[in-house]
Amino acid sequence: MAIMTYRDALNAALREELRRDDRVFLMGEEVAVYQGAYKVSKGLLQEFGEMRIVDTPITELGFAGVGVGAAMVGLRPIIEFMTWNFALLALDQIVNAAAKMLYMSGGQYNMPIVFRGPNGAALQLGAQHSQAWESWLAHIPGLKVVAPGTPADAKGLLKAAIRDDNPVMVLEGEMLYNVKGEVPDSSDFVIPLGKAEVKRAGTDASIITYGKMVNIALQAAEVLAKDGVQVEVLDLRTLRPMDVPAIVATVMKTNRAVVLEEGWEVCGMGAQVVDYIQRECFDSLDAPIVRVHQADTPMPYTKSLEKAAKPDLAKTVSALRAVCYLD
Amino acid sequence: MAKKKADPASVALNRELLRSMLLQRRFEERCAEAYALGKIGGFCHLYIGQEAVSTGTLSMLRPDDYVITTYRDHGQALARGLSARSIMAELFGRSDGCARGKGGSMHLFDKAHNFLGGHGIVGGHIPIATGVGFAIKYRGGDQCIVCFFGEAAINNGAFHEAANMAALWKLPVIYIIENNRYGMGTAIERASSIHDIYERAGSYDMARDVVDGQDVFAVRDVVGRAVERARTQGTPTLLEVRTYRFMGHSMSDAVSGTYRTKAELDQYLKRDPIMLLRQRMQDAGEISEDEMAALDAELKALVQDAWDFADASPELPLEALYEDVLVDTTSDAADAAAR
Ligand SMILES: Cc1ncc(C[n+]2csc(CCOP(=O)(O)OP(=O)(O)O)c2C)c(N)n1
Ligand SMILES: [Mg+2]
Repeated sequence: MAIMTYRDALNAALREELRRDDRVFLMGEEVAVYQGAYKVSKGLLQEFGEMRIVDTPITELGFAGVGVGAAMVGLRPIIEFMTWNFALLALDQIVNAAAKMLYMSGGQYNMPIVFRGPNGAALQLGAQHSQAWESWLAHIPGLKVVAPGTPADAKGLLKAAIRDDNPVMVLEGEMLYNVKGEVPDSSDFVIPLGKAEVKRAGTDASIITYGKMVNIALQAAEVLAKDGVQVEVLDLRTLRPMDVPAIVATVMKTNRAVVLEEGWEVCGMGAQVVDYIQRECFDSLDAPIVRVHQADTPMPYTKSLEKAAKPDLAKTVSALRAVCYLD
Repeated sequence: MAKKKADPASVALNRELLRSMLLQRRFEERCAEAYALGKIGGFCHLYIGQEAVSTGTLSMLRPDDYVITTYRDHGQALARGLSARSIMAELFGRSDGCARGKGGSMHLFDKAHNFLGGHGIVGGHIPIATGVGFAIKYRGGDQCIVCFFGEAAINNGAFHEAANMAALWKLPVIYIIENNRYGMGTAIERASSIHDIYERAGSYDMARDVVDGQDVFAVRDVVGRAVERARTQGTPTLLEVRTYRFMGHSMSDAVSGTYRTKAELDQYLKRDPIMLLRQRMQDAGEISEDEMAALDAELKALVQDAWDFADASPELPLEALYEDVLVDTTSDAADAAAR
């Protein structure tokens, strides 16, 4: 185990997989000479050269399509979006090409491709740079979607994504890149896609979340512990395919659930989680499920309004108190 | 003056070209019939009138080269060597189709022929072609990829992004614009600010050419040079091939009347690419009336066989609905594959 940042964990995952398989290459804006807009690809150009670490023009649709084409004929592209906000321009390639190629070719052309980059809001970046896209992507059959919340998960899930023979979307967090944590050193450390993890065990209520919100969930559990309430934190880690048995297990155990996500409420990931719970745990619930999410508005620049718009510790704590009937 | 004795190799080649083009024509005439009978559903875009483009282009490729195209893909699939049976079965939505019936008319695929699909989003496959070119360069091969699209796609942003990267990175991609003058009902003059659209390549310092798409030899000639350039220099080419579709945009579109006149259509029908080749071969004494009739009969029988094959092929069972959404990567599946 080594202590490293989320950024360095991603860098290690990329480096190890680039060494392991020469069909793997990294392509995107500023990934090579600039060393990555967020320095995730630092040093890779120097080690692997410009055929494998490829700077592109600002053409999200174009280079996403280049990745799809390369994947069709046997390479294993990693396509970096400077942020997922810009990937909206590439949705045609992700949804109409990458997600459907295997199916519409009758099983002939699979897509061993990774699309990755930071997702969701950072600080005061305004309406167009502060969006969480996971529910858009997780909606699509033919895609896998992961959202690691810790450095170890970042390394293990990215490596699994690169080794997977399907298109995998890796949603990182700009606010997570500097977070430190323990990360296994082994170059064979891979976290299977589709497996959630209990990040903190508890008996009184469950909080189901993923990605950047995992930290907030852990902090909220700490706060509730002071009142003697033991909160279980389930980190989904993979959003498609979702680990439904893990969701059911935690809710059956605690009978109370809060679903916490970064993005908007309507058609959000949380709506899907709640649906799984009502299907499988209807008779086990002791309280209505409460969702915590972003306010139903574009993201304001105004500091106080931005804070009001985002899900945070206070909102999460009050949701937990509500499902426990503490107030 | 005595006729020059024809070179047997060139006679054989010309017959191959004629056969390829006539097969497409006879095949698609039956597609129209099958559509009317409800055996083919959905959207169905016929290629009739443009056969010299597919045959001329694909006759210049090697089997290890790649081909990618649009929804108007039957002719190119046949010219690439996919069997008439597997294509007709695909159009009928049957399990023996080249995409097991899951793709349909607009999505013909065949890995064995490096046929990377018919694609339904205008312009969407053009960056994919650039990516195949990237992969060829990455592996250091001397293959090329041919990417067909209509003249209307040239106005689409995907084209420009893809063309710029292919030229910037020197990728062996041959972009073929099949300029049939219309994107559905919109004439090129109503959609493009310039009308010599191959000149768009100038923006990317890319080799370019324009050619008569009704003349299969002319098409072969420019494609041959583009292939040579791709193999030896690894650089891309944009070719504008001027052609015309003799049918409506798709099966629901009248052949003429709304956006183009009957008189215009009749003018173009005089330059039917199959008729032109046949005339030329007859003038050169390369094919007799009897041989022509025999070829036609053979191809009609071949298409009838494809029809019968497709008709007899079953649809996939309902369990197949959930197959091929993802490659199964669970260890159980890997174990099963290993056993
Ligand atoms: C992005 C997109 N917009 C619109 C359509 C609907 N559409 C299908 S074909 C077509 C016309 C395309 O014309 P062209 O590129 O010249 O090809 P042609 O049909 O003439 O072969 C249109 C508008 C589509 N399939 N994709
Ligand atoms: Mg057209």
